[in-house]
Parts: sequence; C-alpha cells; structure tokens
Amino acid sequence: MTEGEAAGSPLWVKSERQRRREAELRARGRRSVSVATASTIVVVVALVVVITKSPGWPRVQATFFSPEAFAKALPDVLRGFLLNIEMFLVAEVFILVLGLLVALVRGLRAPVFFPLRALAVLYTDVFRGIPTILLIYLVGFGIPALELQGTPRDPVTLGIIALVLSYSAYVAEVFRAGIESVHPSQRAAARSLALTQGQTLRYVVLPQAVRRVVPPLLNDFVSLQKDTALVSVIGPLEALRQAGIHAQYDFNYTPYLAAALLFIALTVPMARFTDHLAARAVRRQTGGGTA
Amino acid sequence: MRRPTLLLASGALVLAAAACAPANDTSTTASGAASPAGSAAANACAKESLKLTTPGKLTIGTDKPAYEPWFKDDDPANGQGFESAVAYAVAEKMGFTKDEVAWTVVPFDSSFAPGPKQFDFDVNQVSITPSRAKAVDFSQGYYTVKQSVVALGGTKFASATSLAELKDAKIGVQAGTTALEAVRSVIQPAKDPSVFNQQVDAVNALKNKQIDAIVVDLPTAFYVTAAQVEGSKIVGQFAANGGQPEEFGLLFQKGSPLVSCVDKALGELKSSGHLAQIESQWLTAAAGAPELK
Repeated sequence: MTEGEAAGSPLWVKSERQRRREAELRARGRRSVSVATASTIVVVVALVVVITKSPGWPRVQATFFSPEAFAKALPDVLRGFLLNIEMFLVAEVFILVLGLLVALVRGLRAPVFFPLRALAVLYTDVFRGIPTILLIYLVGFGIPALELQGTPRDPVTLGIIALVLSYSAYVAEVFRAGIESVHPSQRAAARSLALTQGQTLRYVVLPQAVRRVVPPLLNDFVSLQKDTALVSVIGPLEALRQAGIHAQYDFNYTPYLAAALLFIALTVPMARFTDHLAARAVRRQTGGGTA
Repeated sequence: MRRPTLLLASGALVLAAAACAPANDTSTTASGAASPAGSAAANACAKESLKLTTPGKLTIGTDKPAYEPWFKDDDPANGQGFESAVAYAVAEKMGFTKDEVAWTVVPFDSSFAPGPKQFDFDVNQVSITPSRAKAVDFSQGYYTVKQSVVALGGTKFASATSLAELKDAKIGVQAGTTALEAVRSVIQPAKDPSVFNQQVDAVNALKNKQIDAIVVDLPTAFYVTAAQVEGSKIVGQFAANGGQPEEFGLLFQKGSPLVSCVDKALGELKSSGHLAQIESQWLTAAAGAPELK
C-alpha cells in the first residue's frame, strides 16, 4: 500500500480492546522477564556464596583461579593452541574428502563392487569403533616403528593421520545418511531425464544430501577441534600439553583453565553458526511458516 | 499460577546447594582419641598421636606404573627399589611395622590437587621447588638429582661431549618432570622438545628414532640403557640450572602435621648413614656418566 492510498482511506485505529490486549501482553512479558532475572540472580548468588564460603575455597581459588599462573601460562598455551588450529584445519580437508569417498563407495549398488563396499563398511566399523586417543597412540608409535622408507615420523603429521582416520569414519556415516535421505523419486526423475547414474549423483542427489547434513558435519568439526588436544600424548607441544607443563611445573591447575577458555572461544562461535544453519534449513523447508 | 513455582524451584535449588555442607574430616580424630593423654604431650611423633588418613596405618601414595630403579616389579609394597626402601625405612623409624604400611595409587597430576588427600605422603620422584611448595608441603630432600642425556649408540648425538653439541637434537622428556625445564634452560635446543605422558612413551619414541635423545634423571637413565632400550647409551649428565641442587622430597597435603615427624625420621636415616646405604644398594653409582658442560 502506498502513502497516498493510506492517506486517502480512513485511518485504521486500534480498538480499545486491542490496546488493552497489547498492554496486558507487554505487562506479562515484563513480569516474566523480571521473574526470570530475579530467580537467576538468586540461584547465581546462592551458588557463589556456597562455593566461596566452603572451607576449601581459598585453596581452590589459588590452584584453579590464580591470575599470576594464568598470565604466566597464557603465551605458551596460546602458542600451543595455534598448533591445534593448524591440525584441525589440515585434518578437516582430508576428512571431508575421505568421508565422502567412503560414503559413496558404500552407496555403490552393482554386485561387482561388493569387495569395495565391504572394505568401506569395515573401515567405518573399525575406525569409528576405536577410541580416538587409542588410535593416536597406535598410529603415533606404530607407524614409525615399522621403520619403512618414507613413513612420517613427525608427531604432528602422525596425529593428523590418526584424526583423519577416526573422523572420516564418522563423517562418512553422516554423508551416507544425507545421501539416503534424498527421496528415491528424485533419482527416478533424474534417470527418466536420461541422466547417467554418475550425473544423477553429481547434479541431483549430492547437492541435496550435502545441504541436509551441514549441521551434523559442523557438529563433528566442533568435536574435532577439541580432540586435537588428544594428539598431545605423542609429543607435540599443543595447548593441552603446554598447559600441563605449566600446571605440573608449578603444581597449579590454572593453565588448564586458560586452555579450556581458548577451546571455548573457538567452539562456541562454531556451535552458534551450526544453530544458525539448522534454523535456516528449517525456515527454507517450511517456507517461513511453522508447519 | 505458574510463576510462584519458578521461585519455589529456585528456592529448592538454593536449599539443595546449602545441603552440600562442608565435609568434616572425622577420620583423623579417631586415632588421636585412642592415644593415652600423657604420652601424646611427651612425644608428638609417637605413632598413636599421629593424624593419619586411615587410623593405625601409614598410607603412602605413588603413581602406577612404578618404575625401576625407584620401585621393583611395579609393586611398591615389596620394599625393593630405592623409593620403596626409603618409604619403609621412614615408616620403621616412625614406629610402623611392614604390615602397617598401606600403598595407594596416586597419579602425578592428582597428587597436588587441593582438598583432602588419600595418602599420608606421596613418594614419586617429585623435585622440590619453591613454586610447588605453595600448593603442597615437602619433606626435606631424600635424594639429590642429576639430569642425564640418553641416545641410541652410533647416532650423531651419542658421541656428544658437550651440551653445545646437543643443540640440534630433537629431545624427548616425560611430562611433569623437571627434565623439561633443565632441557630448556641448560641445553636450549633449537627444536621444541617432545613431551610425553609417560616415560615408556618417551622411550618408545627414542626406539622409533622419532627423537634423537631423551633427558631423564640419572638413575632412570641407567635403567633405560640397561634394560629398556637395547644399544642406547648415556651421553652424559648435567646439573640443572641455578646452582641450587635439585632434590626429591616426599609430598604432603598443605599444612600436614606429619611433615615434622617424617623430617625427623629422614634426618635420623641420614645421620646414621642408612639412607646412603639404601642409595648405594638401589641406585647405580653416578661415577660412570661423564659430566657435560
């Protein structure tokens, strides 16, 4: 409606009832916010009082919340954290490629591909089944022990290999779920348009599948970010290890808190981004409605 | 009405929090009450008047696995190995018989956690440093530590005769040890050292040639070369920086009343020569390793 039309037609006025209804709604909103605020304050204050009045608090404060220990450890922990981010970024690329590959192999239907398919199933079963830390130990100390020409010895490389093996197994399952969630009619329609199997996969199935699994994929990457800390067991000086060195040198746990905060600082934005993508996907599917 | 229930709920939460009342350590008073009133005043270190974690027992903590030469066969209770022998000697001086000593597993990381401890003292090759003494109490030192470098025989760094020649080595150490600080401040290697959770991991990395050398305390080095890594050799020993000799101490909860009694027992063991005798029995003489400057 344009301005001119609005001016020409009789002005719409809110009825008395509507005004009262809106005032009531506003009042209710204010009341529920203030009650929520008050009850939050009560709970937080009570928790703070209980914790800080407990007899062990001074010791806990000195060993977990020491500003000096925090400041002393932070530069090293931060330096280690850059290594975590590096490992995460490198691993992520390989995980996406390998995960998709395994998922595609599992989707092959022709009988001739049975051995490949069985191999893919074995891969996901084995590497998803082994605790990541065990895999890091096995790869980290096992591969160099083979003493083969050209095998990596660098713990960071070995750690990345272990993470890729573990996480690509999870990611393969995520991709497979996405691929299987595409309705069979989509394939049938594509095939009836004379697209080949490959073209159907490339232009019809995968674009839909990948879009659907973006939130669970990001979820796995939040998990991966944290699990880079496990690589510390085979030697590199990443954030957890740097924090541990400081903690054990001074008998103070505060450096672990510094490392924890860094990980939170990285994973929280990623988690919010995941939420945002999930919400957007829902909006798109329901056309903005609430179906 | 819905809102009051919200307030009620938060009220209930407060109550629940208040219910987590501070824990009393009643266990420590039991043994004190049993002692005769007269003798307690006469001898504060009498066995009966000690405040112990478990009444009537001296509870000693150490990590698992417990390595040679500090312990033998991963069994601290057999009295064999240097630290086990020292622990039993201290217990004996304090009036405990062998069956009145109980061992408990205490991972290194949790030995210095705040709060009540599950042990009377912990013996785990813990070096005494002023910053650590802020979190726990230490007995006087029972062993003076020297750091040493172990490399695979025939490798480039095995023939090093000075610390300067080790600058380019990739060095591995165990986490939580003062060896790391010694490496950083004394050797100052060009590459970041590798730090492992357990000694056996550092040893494996050395076997795999993922690292060129490991730095451990001297007695451990003798064990590594003799039993753990075939063909390895001690390159040499060096003193940690600062001039102050590094000493292992027994670790106590902060403010533990036991410290003075254990110190007294250790003092007697030192002056009688018993401690030196235990040392020569379990720790190979340090004379064999050349000094690195």
